[in-house]
Amino acid sequence: MSNLGTVWGYRRENGRVGIRNHVLILPLDDLSNSACEKVAYGVKGTKAIPHAYGRLQFGEDLQLFFRTMIGTGANPNVAAVVVIGIEPEWTNIIVDGIAETGKPVTGFSIERQGDYKTVEMACWKAYEYMQWASELKREEVDLSEIWVSTKCGESDTTSGLASNPTVGNAFDKLVAAGATCSFGETSEITGAEAVCKQRAATPEAGEQFMAIFNKYQEMIDRYKTDDLSGSQPTKGNIRGGLTTIEEKAFGNLQKIGKKSNFVGCLDKAETPSGSGLWFMDTSSAAAEAVTLWAAAGFVAHFFPTGQGNIIGNPIEPTIKLSANPLTCSTMKEHIDYDCSAILRGELTLDQSGDGLLELLKRTCNGRLTAQELLGHEEFVLTKLYESA
Amino acid sequence: MIQFLVHEAADSVGVATVDIKAGETASGLFMDSQKGIEIKALDDIPLGHKLALNDHAEGGNVIKYGEDIGKVVANIKKGGHVHIQNLKTKRW
Repeated sequence: MSNLGTVWGYRRENGRVGIRNHVLILPLDDLSNSACEKVAYGVKGTKAIPHAYGRLQFGEDLQLFFRTMIGTGANPNVAAVVVIGIEPEWTNIIVDGIAETGKPVTGFSIERQGDYKTVEMACWKAYEYMQWASELKREEVDLSEIWVSTKCGESDTTSGLASNPTVGNAFDKLVAAGATCSFGETSEITGAEAVCKQRAATPEAGEQFMAIFNKYQEMIDRYKTDDLSGSQPTKGNIRGGLTTIEEKAFGNLQKIGKKSNFVGCLDKAETPSGSGLWFMDTSSAAAEAVTLWAAAGFVAHFFPTGQGNIIGNPIEPTIKLSANPLTCSTMKEHIDYDCSAILRGELTLDQSGDGLLELLKRTCNGRLTAQELLGHEEFVLTKLYESA
Repeated sequence: MIQFLVHEAADSVGVATVDIKAGETASGLFMDSQKGIEIKALDDIPLGHKLALNDHAEGGNVIKYGEDIGKVVANIKKGGHVHIQNLKTKRW
């Protein structure tokens, strides 16, 4: 038992702990979105997560697609899944992948049935799953069993001063207690990559990180149309007081705290093989990145924001914190945790980190986040290149 | 009421948490030790911008978060505004 205390979660068939109890209606492809939405309309409490892809993808991009879809269904915040696809073969790849967790999952395909017949069959299965899931009971688990990811968005100087270091303080405490945590945003580390490498727990993890970072740099060089020196930091960043890209990157890196070293690097949507802090190779676009962490099995997300990014995810509750008093008052409905008292010298980082952990516990126990209440469910797949 | 924050003891700049006017003696706080510090501002330092805690000679570094955030390209006096006119990235 760690010193962080306990929360009430759902213990899944594979031993992992979830903090939500979703029954997902998961489309294999863009063509099946409509059927999934009809099923979700027909069975209250279930959730369809439509998306734009799943046709004619190939190679590494197709592997990432399957990893993300299977991972989403496999996430411990999900109790059971109905998968609908246009044809049975790829539908079954997703069904079989999710079934490895031991949770209930059934696939339906539309060819030779049509939408109506498919929707009717899928509705009966979703009805059965939803009623079953509604009787599942939460059990008491250690907070360290909750996997937490973090990335920031719409950052300003208050992010580097207070909200990012608040996450860092909470991460230090979670990792020390044996939790599984992750950060990413490969592009935003530009300028602090050498220091990030030093935060690796082993030389291998450091080299892994540099390989991912260099691959990203090559990608930028391949596609850029002008010198990025003019766009990083952004004009808005400079107006707000940020001067150099190093300064911006160190502000971002405050989210991993002072003490923890990362034990390894994860490919996009890859599930960590053990506890500790992990780097994941993600885009810095908020919805894409959180979708990848949810697919890797993370069940709660810390999202510090300065100017007020409003992103959410359909299955991984996204806890928003801000130290910008203007954002906290003008965008109140989007913010879960106001840590602006740090800027007034009235709250220490240590106290603020404890406050965030307390809110994490309440979120685990069922308190809905701002994003959940507002219905922000941005499910955005990362696409590596065009489809065939 | 504090007017600026300093991340760490090793830092050579603080960050204004309110607009600071030139000539004001501004009070700040070290976030690691919670110790106080006072600096007479030589320039206007807008909210979110940096204030030099000591003299910086051209060619030196600016330290924030305990890390080197760039090179000094024009001398900066203690209490001066540290920004694009006197601090540049080492990256480009």
